[in-house]
Amino acid sequence: MSRQALMRLAHFSLAVLLVAFGFAASATEIPLSERKSGYEFMGPQSRAMQDDDTANPGMLSVFDGEALWNAKTGATNQSCAGCHGDATQSMKGAAARYPAFNASRGRPLDLEGQINLCRADRQQASPFAYESRELLALTAYVARQSRGMPIEPTIDARTQPFLDAGRAIFDLRQGQLNLSCAQCHDDQWGQRLAGTVIPQGHPTGYPQYRLEWQSLGSLQRRLRNCLVGMRAEPYAVGAPEYVDLTLFLMWRARGMKFEAPAVRP
Amino acid sequence: MRPIFIAFVLGSVFTAPALAQETRPEIVGDAIPQPLVAIRGDPVRGRAIVVDRQVGLCLLCHSGPFPEQRLQGTLAPELAGAGRRWSEGQLRLRIVDAAKANPATIMPPYYRTDGLVRVASAYRGKTLLTAQQIEDVVAFLMTLRD
Repeated sequence: MSRQALMRLAHFSLAVLLVAFGFAASATEIPLSERKSGYEFMGPQSRAMQDDDTANPGMLSVFDGEALWNAKTGATNQSCAGCHGDATQSMKGAAARYPAFNASRGRPLDLEGQINLCRADRQQASPFAYESRELLALTAYVARQSRGMPIEPTIDARTQPFLDAGRAIFDLRQGQLNLSCAQCHDDQWGQRLAGTVIPQGHPTGYPQYRLEWQSLGSLQRRLRNCLVGMRAEPYAVGAPEYVDLTLFLMWRARGMKFEAPAVRP
Repeated sequence: MRPIFIAFVLGSVFTAPALAQETRPEIVGDAIPQPLVAIRGDPVRGRAIVVDRQVGLCLLCHSGPFPEQRLQGTLAPELAGAGRRWSEGQLRLRIVDAAKANPATIMPPYYRTDGLVRVASAYRGKTLLTAQQIEDVVAFLMTLRD
């Protein structure tokens, strides 16, 4: 065999090896029956804090959100309640179905995006900033109405491409540490990263109160925390990538119980 | 054929700027036998790098014989005995780019900048550790014989 042929063979073998190991390296999905909410990894004190409305700090935002729901605002002097009525009825289960496809935008919106769309279109008011007190409060109030209900985003021909895009982000090794979401949350959940148990990464309770933050925060904020930890460039605040990733994560958590506002360490 | 093949692989993996002043690491089998820099690694400095959660990051995933360090990781092999289980060159390769020994590894590449995507701007084009820091860590790990 000539030297050139040997080289070609060597390159080909390397490619085959890389492809083979590439498949072996890909994360395996957690079987549906083995999925656990972050709640199940917490100690009894944190669980009690979440379960007791008078101890759950997220409930303060829920009450703020109720006031905002009923407040008339914007050029149309319209309140959320003006269109949607009593949120405890009309918003039941809504948050557990988000992100949901919005025809006017041609893509799924998360709950925050939908609230800001309502403000722009129906109230003719300026959008709330991401992570603002108001947006977290309104989101928490709407999300509270789905507590205990199963997570079930609608996956159909319109949302499937965005679900796929979210899955691609979940599986993407990125950042200086060259890690993917899947490598920790599919493959290593239950292990300790430094002292902290790695959860499975199901967004069952957002917006949620994190003791580490000492505040309520959105799933986008939590995702940015992970990206920063991986030394990856966080997607811009409000970027569609977060919505796609959220859609994938909600689909991954389909059937699990919605817990907002959750409490986490 | 073998040296040519290795050069081909290395050429595609290591970028020129990161190696401007340093020796190009040559992989032999599953090891990098030659030190990355001429100055000998210092195990005392190496230990400090290993336990520093902002520099070495090792204890996020690994645990080891560091009684003063609370909250160590359980994702990766115990560091105790690393100097008995591996040769110096094997340890060096596993820190430089562990994927060369095990493509499925979650261990970050500590001395590679290409092939990475969406790296935060503060870290772009920079290796996780410098060549000298890697030599210090290798020197320290070689002392972990029990």
